[in-house]
Amino acid sequence: MSELFPRKQVMGFVFSLVLTAAALTVYFLDVSFAVGMTILLATAFIQAAVQLVGFMHAGESEDKVAIYANIYYGIAIALVTIFGTLLILVWDM
Amino acid sequence: MDYFDRFAIPHPSPAIYASMVAIGLTVIAILIGLTYFKKWGYLWREWLTTVDHKRIGIMYIIAALLMLFRGGVDALMMRAQTAVPDNKLLDAQHYNEVFTTHGVVMIIFMAMPFIYALMNFVVPLQIGARDVAFPRLNALSFWLFFMGAMLFNISFVIGGSPDAGWTSYFPLAGNDFSQSVGTNYYLMSIQIAGIGTLISGINFITTIFKMRAPGMKLMKMPMFTWTALITNAIVVFAFPVLTVTLLLGTMDRLFGTHIFSMTNGGMDMLWANLFWVWGHPEVYILILPAFGIYSEIISTFSRRNLYGYTSMVASIVIISFFSFLVWTHHFFTMGQGPLTNSIFSITTMAIAIPTGIKIFNWLLTMRKGKIEFTVPMLYSVGFIPIFTIGGVTGVMLGMASADYQYHNTMFLVAHFHYTIIPGVVFAMLAGLTYWWPKMFGFMLNERIGKWAFWFIAIGFNVTFFPMFFTGLDGQARRMYTYSEASGYGPLNMLSFVGAVGLAIGFALIVYNVYYSTRHSSRNIGSDPWDARTLEWATQTPVQSYNFARTPHVDSIEAFWDYKKKGTPLFKGDIEKIHMPNNSGVPFIMSCIFFVWGFSFVFSMWIPAIITTIAIFACMAHRSFEKDDGHYISVEEIEDTEKDGEVLAYENR
Repeated sequence: MSELFPRKQVMGFVFSLVLTAAALTVYFLDVSFAVGMTILLATAFIQAAVQLVGFMHAGESEDKVAIYANIYYGIAIALVTIFGTLLILVWDM
Repeated sequence: MDYFDRFAIPHPSPAIYASMVAIGLTVIAILIGLTYFKKWGYLWREWLTTVDHKRIGIMYIIAALLMLFRGGVDALMMRAQTAVPDNKLLDAQHYNEVFTTHGVVMIIFMAMPFIYALMNFVVPLQIGARDVAFPRLNALSFWLFFMGAMLFNISFVIGGSPDAGWTSYFPLAGNDFSQSVGTNYYLMSIQIAGIGTLISGINFITTIFKMRAPGMKLMKMPMFTWTALITNAIVVFAFPVLTVTLLLGTMDRLFGTHIFSMTNGGMDMLWANLFWVWGHPEVYILILPAFGIYSEIISTFSRRNLYGYTSMVASIVIISFFSFLVWTHHFFTMGQGPLTNSIFSITTMAIAIPTGIKIFNWLLTMRKGKIEFTVPMLYSVGFIPIFTIGGVTGVMLGMASADYQYHNTMFLVAHFHYTIIPGVVFAMLAGLTYWWPKMFGFMLNERIGKWAFWFIAIGFNVTFFPMFFTGLDGQARRMYTYSEASGYGPLNMLSFVGAVGLAIGFALIVYNVYYSTRHSSRNIGSDPWDARTLEWATQTPVQSYNFARTPHVDSIEAFWDYKKKGTPLFKGDIEKIHMPNNSGVPFIMSCIFFVWGFSFVFSMWIPAIITTIAIFACMAHRSFEKDDGHYISVEEIEDTEKDGEVLAYENR
């Protein structure tokens, strides 16, 4: 029976609930803006990763390499754009 | 009547009224012609509803050529206006509208459809596929582009053209400084065309990854397919930025937000920043397919395989990544510090390295080859020195400190025309001439084609080379006139003469199409250039299903091996072929998008809401529609192939 039990999905579900609860604490606890944003960003990105891997089956087909390459490339471009923009318009202006 | 006042043109002139009449007459002539010759049914069945990648490609070409001439007329008007000092041909406002339209039309509505025209026609054939992965989405892509282009093109007769430059920098493009609806047209039409481009990007990536002929590993793809793959990857990563930027601009102009304004916490420089985050990758979206076309042509007409295939692939992959790292070099003078400028200066110059590798590879491909100077080869060989001048001046502009001198002068204008014209226009003309026999079953006249090439190549240099000097002397771009004392007069006159030469060259191309349609031989076989890739392994004109039997590939140049070594290309028996059905929904949905965009331009909210619902209704219709396509029977295929090249080759 144990191989029929969707262990990974249930674990993922519990984990995503925990992440949601962690994000929710920012509203109830009196933390500074920086700490709050850090918690929110961290939980958001981990949440997205859990969803992609656990529930959207990113690593389960033969396209695994293409899917992960795509995601990493997208993340790299997004980071370059965001930090480049911050550099241009805020840090070095 | 107050309601209709908004459609009036804010800056009328006799030329615009004449254009209105001309547009009206043309539309009437087309409608009468279609009715008189009873072509409505033919038009609807064969073209408007088609999902065939070859027909969509041909429609892209027609649209791109129309836009080339629209943008070309704008260019001639600009050169005529600046030909002599203190000219009164166009006033300042009209000149602003003309250069804005020229830029947008040439980049978004000429170059983009032209590259998608050739990708559509060639890529599925080159990889041995029957169509693209999502044929109906492909039709939607085309029609969205087409309706976006039409929406943009009616701006100058209804409500006024955009006048803030093709970059449309805020706050100039904001409501305070651009009061006409022109910039709304810019935002909505590019948005609609951009959705089409993004869909195409996903479509082609899927096609190239999933539908290659058996045996065609990634590193055995023809070079044009490689560049198409990488180009579409850039499209998928860059166009969402444009979508968001245009959306933010629309919010500012229509809904009173303050994202790009100078007050209320807005950040006016953010538009320029985001625009170029898309804009610089866009440059490589335009140039990479051109590199692919040149690779095919140079290898075919040198009768040699492409030199340094692996380094070619590596360099386009590197270029595609670098293209996202250089955008600040478009605004070195905006006020950011030397640290930022230094970083982006270095990345900018670094991108010249992979490009240089490609140039050397083409030269080495030609080395010891049996070079045949056909028209496509002339464009390819002409491209190399002209593009190199563009590249070298690009490195000059890439030096941030020196850029303070060059920025926004005619030097810059000369530079980017020296890259875009050989890099896109030459490539598209070369590709068009090269694949023309595959598309239409006859060849373009070589003699007229060569005349056109020399007019274009010489006319181009005469037009743009003087701008390097006037630019260094301080003539600013986008300046509608100048005094005689400035001394810019003679060189600008020379530019105008060159522009006339260019116009003659393009007119010769049109004449060539007419002449060749009437006089060229139809008996040219399926491989008139003695080429090397799979698109030449099927009949001319290509059957709807492309290949009766799927080709099997085991080298980069499978068709060449088949011709020279007899390596079998087609194996097994003919089987029935599954093909997609035609559909009118993409066309209808895009027409609704046109009305949708028009409603937003003029802030007409009721039609905007109705058309938004209609767009979703079209998508819902697609979701619930049951359409399994159709099969072409074996008998029908054998009948079509009876005289065909494919079977004839087998009997050899």
